[in-house]
This record gives sequence, C-alpha cells and structure tokens, in this order.
Amino acid sequence: MSVLRPATVLRVAALALLIAFLVTPQSFAPLFAPLTQYGAPPIYDQGNLLTLALAQLGTVCVAAAASTVVAVGLGVLVTRQRGAQFLPLSRTLVNIGQTFPPVAVLAVAVPLVGFGERPTLIALFAYGLLPIFENTLVGLRTCPPAVLEAASGMGLSARQRLFAVELPLAMPLILEGVRLSLVINVGTATIGSTVAAKGLGEVIIAGLLSSNTAFILQGGLLTGLMAILLYDALSALERRLLRTLTLD
Amino acid sequence: MITLESLSKRYGESTVVNQVSLEIERNSITVIVGTSGSGKSTLLRMINRLIEPSSGRVLIDGRDTRAEPAHLLRRRIGYVIQGYGLFPHRTVAENIATVPRLLGWEAARIAARVAELLEVFQLDPGKYAASLPHELSGGQQQRVGVARALAAEPAVLLMDEPFGALDPIIRAKAQDDLLGIQRRFGTTIVLVTHDMDEAFRLGDKVAVMSQGRVLQYDRPAMLLIRPTDPFVTRMTGLADRALRLLSLISAAEAAVPGTSEGPAVQGSASLRDALSELVWSGADSARVVDADGTARGCLTVAAILAHGRP
Repeated sequence: MSVLRPATVLRVAALALLIAFLVTPQSFAPLFAPLTQYGAPPIYDQGNLLTLALAQLGTVCVAAAASTVVAVGLGVLVTRQRGAQFLPLSRTLVNIGQTFPPVAVLAVAVPLVGFGERPTLIALFAYGLLPIFENTLVGLRTCPPAVLEAASGMGLSARQRLFAVELPLAMPLILEGVRLSLVINVGTATIGSTVAAKGLGEVIIAGLLSSNTAFILQGGLLTGLMAILLYDALSALERRLLRTLTLD
Repeated sequence: MITLESLSKRYGESTVVNQVSLEIERNSITVIVGTSGSGKSTLLRMINRLIEPSSGRVLIDGRDTRAEPAHLLRRRIGYVIQGYGLFPHRTVAENIATVPRLLGWEAARIAARVAELLEVFQLDPGKYAASLPHELSGGQQQRVGVARALAAEPAVLLMDEPFGALDPIIRAKAQDDLLGIQRRFGTTIVLVTHDMDEAFRLGDKVAVMSQGRVLQYDRPAMLLIRPTDPFVTRMTGLADRALRLLSLISAAEAAVPGTSEGPAVQGSASLRDALSELVWSGADSARVVDADGTARGCLTVAAILAHGRP
C-alpha cells in the first residue's frame, strides 16, 4: 500500500480538480484571467461545463459500446473455421476506420445523417474499432491449444467453448483494447463540436474563434483530465474483473 | 467393447491412418505404441471424433459413434492429453466438475463426486479444491487432468501421452495410480505412447503402429515371443527381451509350493525384480509372500530363468 500511495494521492487530486472545475468553474477565473485580452471572460460562459463534459462522456461511451460489440463480434467470426475467409476483409475495414481521419468521417457523415451527435458517433465508432478488434484477435488466437483441445475433448460444444473458455481467457486483452479505444476517443470527441455535437470541443472552438487562450486551455485541460481518469478507472476495473473471473 | 472397423484418415495425398481394425476389450488397458508420425494420436482422436475418419467406423458397445452429435459422444468418453489442458481460469474443483456440469448433474452430486475424486487422487480437498491450476506441481496437474476426465464416470478413457511431461519417479507413481484407478472403476482405457516400457507396464494388450498401420496387436508377451514384423522387434528391442518377458510375470503367478531359506519377495513383484533380488543376495531361491506376510510358495533361480525363454 505504501508504494501505491503517491499514485492514489495524484488520482484523488486529479479527480478533485476535475469535479471542482466542472461544478464551480468561476472559482478558477483568477487563474485564467491573465490569459485573456480586452476584458474577455476567462471562463466559458455560453454553456454549462458539467453538462458539456457529461455529454461528451456519454457520446464516447455509446460509441465505444458499439465498437466493442462489432469488433469483438468480428474477432470471434474470423477466428472460427467458417469465418476465417473474412479476416482480410475485416482487417481492411477496421484499418480504414482507423486511418480515415475522424474529421473526414464527420465531413462525409454530415450530409448523410445531419448535424449533431450522430456524425460524431459514427466517426468515434469507426475510429475505436481497431484496438478492440486486434486485441480480440490476439486474445482468441493465443489461447493455449492444449486447453482448447481438452475443452472439445470433454464435450463442450463450439458455442460453450467460446463462452466458457476462449472469451474468458481473451478477456484481459479485450478489455485493454476497449480501454485504449475509449481513451483515444475522449480526446477525439472534441472535434464533434465542429458539427454541433455537445461536448467540451465547444469550449475549444469558441476559444479559437474569439482568440481566447483561456477557453482553449480549459477545454483541453478538462478533456485531458477526463481521459487520464478514465484510463485509470478502467485499469482498476479491469484488474477487479479479472480477479472475479479467476475466482468465479 | 470398442470396435474399430477399417479406419482410415487421409489428408490430401498422405494417408495418416491406413485401414486399422481393432477390437478393444472392456475393462482392459490397450496401449497404442509407435514412433512419432505413426498415426497413433490420429487413431485415438478418431475414437472420440475429434478427428472424423475418412473411411471406416467406430463402434462402442455395438453402437456407431456417429449416431449422436460429436460433443454429446465426447461427454461419455474421458480424454486426457499430454499438456492436460486444465482451464487456467477455473479452480481445481471447477475443472473436475466440467463434464458433470455439462451433463446437468445436481450440485450436491457434483460436489460429492469432486470430493471423492480429489481423495482418490490424493489431493487434499481443503488445500487444493479452490486452487488454480498454475498453483499445482506438474504431477498434481496431471492427476487433476485424469480426475477431470473420469468425473462423469465414463466407461471409456482415452489418454494421449498422459505421462509424457512427468519426471521418471513421478511418472512411475502415476502409472501405478492409473493401474489402481482402472481396477477401481473398471474403466476401458486406450492409451497412446511412444514409450515401449510404458506400453509393457500398462498394457493388457499392445498395438504397435508404424506409418499408419497396426503391425501387431497382441498381449505384451506375444510381441516378444512371436513378433510378426521386424519393426515390432526393433520397437521392443532384442538385447533385453528375456528381462522384459520376466517383467511381465508376477512372482505369485510363477511361485511353486514349497519353502525356501532365501530372501522374501512380494507376490506382486515381477520375476525381473525377484531375479534381481536373488542376484543381489546370492541366494538360489526366494520365498514368495503376500503383502500381509503369508507364504505363497517359493521360486528358484532356474525356475525364474525358464520363464525368460519363449
């Protein structure tokens, strides 16, 4: 415990800072005032920061849930004998999702689905597929062959083997993929504000439009804090889940 | 009884198992022995349909194994492999409970069976039931592997090099345990190995395989006395065949009425061991006794030696 303490202190401090900023942003006004010019407001005043942060988090989580379902599903499909032929295709699709810049996805999606949350969800969904898919693939492929053979040899059906043996054994890697995808997308989600999705990107964009460095900085800072805390929380959850999995 | 009827397995051009027919008796241990690549593992896996035969069929107690879905068939057949393949994320008790759970046994019956097996395999339930496989030694993992295979009381147990990863002392113990288990549960065991000593030690009958064919299928002594193929002789070895033959006969079987001043030999010991004892002690004859010390007769060196000739 004594080794963990500095990390715990840092964690609690970061969380406290985030909450304090979101709940009482005006108390940080003196800190940001030197960054403004011509008496511009030091704290974003065209919307509630807490609402924006929660909206962004919500968008990211919905997108990650969809990415997880699709990526894990594809990973399972292409590691089955019958689905192996879809591996190159799935890989290509997932890779396109990652290489195609999210901004470009937004540009393409807006004419199709309109402004707001939806284009952002699509962009984040596509962007988050790759880490989950690749990790699922590695996780399922590195199950010890003897374990799989024993499972089949004892009479587990293909489905039982998948759910009782393969997925639990691949779970640490799958969770890691989900975590990566979530954290990447917390940052990426800010660009959604260019197409009117609610989020902290709004603050950054307002700052850029009005040359208000204070806005840009607080938008970035809050997003960064959220990403770090999310990463941390998910790592802890992962460890916890693994413990229950092994003891169950 | 397991009947293999002209079983073959072909992968493209190559024939891995070629027209194998065997009758495997109930309540016996049959050992399939061969060099690597002889097709012995493939033959074993065709019995529980982990590999589907290209042609031929397998009957268990007269019933074609293809009469039911493969995974249901396998729940009635125990299966042990070299690496054991224990589920690393499940405890010892859960590993052993795998097949009973698949079969939908009641929780109380599963618990009782797991406890019984842990005891049979000398694994203290209080200490090991909740352990994870990686916390066990190699020998303990092997025992859990066999216990798991026997959990649902299968009539047939298939074993593929089950002792391959054990060191010699633990292996000898595990082989003795297997003989005890076979007697206790009356399981029909088919075991694959590349080790002729293991085949002689365990097998009621031994099938020698090479290049996909069974060259000879017989009692171990017959492989020595009447080999039908030069390869069988190569596998059994010429140099110590007399001693191998002696190792197949127990002192109790060979003992004749009478008494002797010589050293005492256990009735369950092989003639090979009895001879070794006589050579070591310099005596001409030995007393044969039961485990509880009652006399069973005697054995002379000359009588022992006579057993070492066909």
